[in-house]
Amino acid sequence: MDADLLEAGDDTIELKGSSIIAAIKASGVEFILSVPDIVTSGGLLRPIARDPAFKLIRVCKEDECIGIASGLSYCDKRALTLIQYTGFLDSINAIRGVAVEYRQPICMMIGLLGHDPSTTPRNSPRYGVRIIEPVLDAMGVPHHLINEDADVAKICPAIEDAYAASHPVALLIGRRPSTS
Amino acid sequence: MMKRDECFRALARHLTDEVVVATYSSAVDWLALGERALNYFSVGAMGLDSSHALGLALGRPDKRIICLQGDGSLLMNLGCLVTIAAAAPKNLVHLVVQNGTYEANGSHPIPNTKVEFAAMARAAGYAHVHEFSELANFEQQAAHVLKQDGPVFATLHVERSKPLTYDYANLYDPARRVALKAALRAS
Repeated sequence: MDADLLEAGDDTIELKGSSIIAAIKASGVEFILSVPDIVTSGGLLRPIARDPAFKLIRVCKEDECIGIASGLSYCDKRALTLIQYTGFLDSINAIRGVAVEYRQPICMMIGLLGHDPSTTPRNSPRYGVRIIEPVLDAMGVPHHLINEDADVAKICPAIEDAYAASHPVALLIGRRPSTS
Repeated sequence: MMKRDECFRALARHLTDEVVVATYSSAVDWLALGERALNYFSVGAMGLDSSHALGLALGRPDKRIICLQGDGSLLMNLGCLVTIAAAAPKNLVHLVVQNGTYEANGSHPIPNTKVEFAAMARAAGYAHVHEFSELANFEQQAAHVLKQDGPVFATLHVERSKPLTYDYANLYDPARRVALKAALRAS
């Protein structure tokens, strides 16, 4: 079943949006840079937009996030890029240049639109989702699948490590986070 | 019509501790005026210079950020005009050098050399928008433009320059990024 087609009552495995947001805050992230993604729209972006702890910068195209996050990192400010996997694919040259070749701490949270959360992204029925982890591997970008509540514990260490060692990281959201 | 290096010389007379983001031909001409730790050249992908500048402006609202962007670069990231106008950083000055040419890529023309970037910036919602074609006018107005509450946009209409030497290894030297971060922390 596609994550983007799941109704709240249909999904028995929970991924709490509030837990993810708490983990983002615990990571010291101040800026959220985003183009809306239906997977994370209700559970993450809407509450983040209302949360005074975050500065939300709405951008027109996802690769802008990579430049903005880099500029912020020079100022010792932490940012999270919240986008859909299609926007990640569209931003590959920016990620290649800024995040990988210049080793900037670009932290991306990527919604896997159309993914079947009962399987792994590599086995997704959707081609665009299937190629995400192999593309990240080819680019040398560490990545973590956030598919259920137990996975939320990966977020803070991943962001801390990205800033400590100055490298990019991708956090793949495998199902719609709940609005609670 | 102005020359890019002459414009930058006029600009440099008014700068002290501002961060200057520049790429390609603009970076070459800017660097020719002298080394400064607060230069930011490692943009990584064509068109992202203005986005890096926005990040710097948001991260350091106490410092002026000057973006020297080519017209070909802005065309690759036109959405940044809307993003920057919405974010509305008061400390960002966005100067677009329009010579109608992808100069670093063989001097081929941009798709429409008559495109009006200032009109786009005005429509996007920049706080102040200017256009300069005469050096004397730019020299007279530069200090005022640099002091306005941003986001400020200006098109600098310039001639195509003589062929430049692009020393990318020097421009993108990792030591520059280390020096920039240290200079930002110190200032």
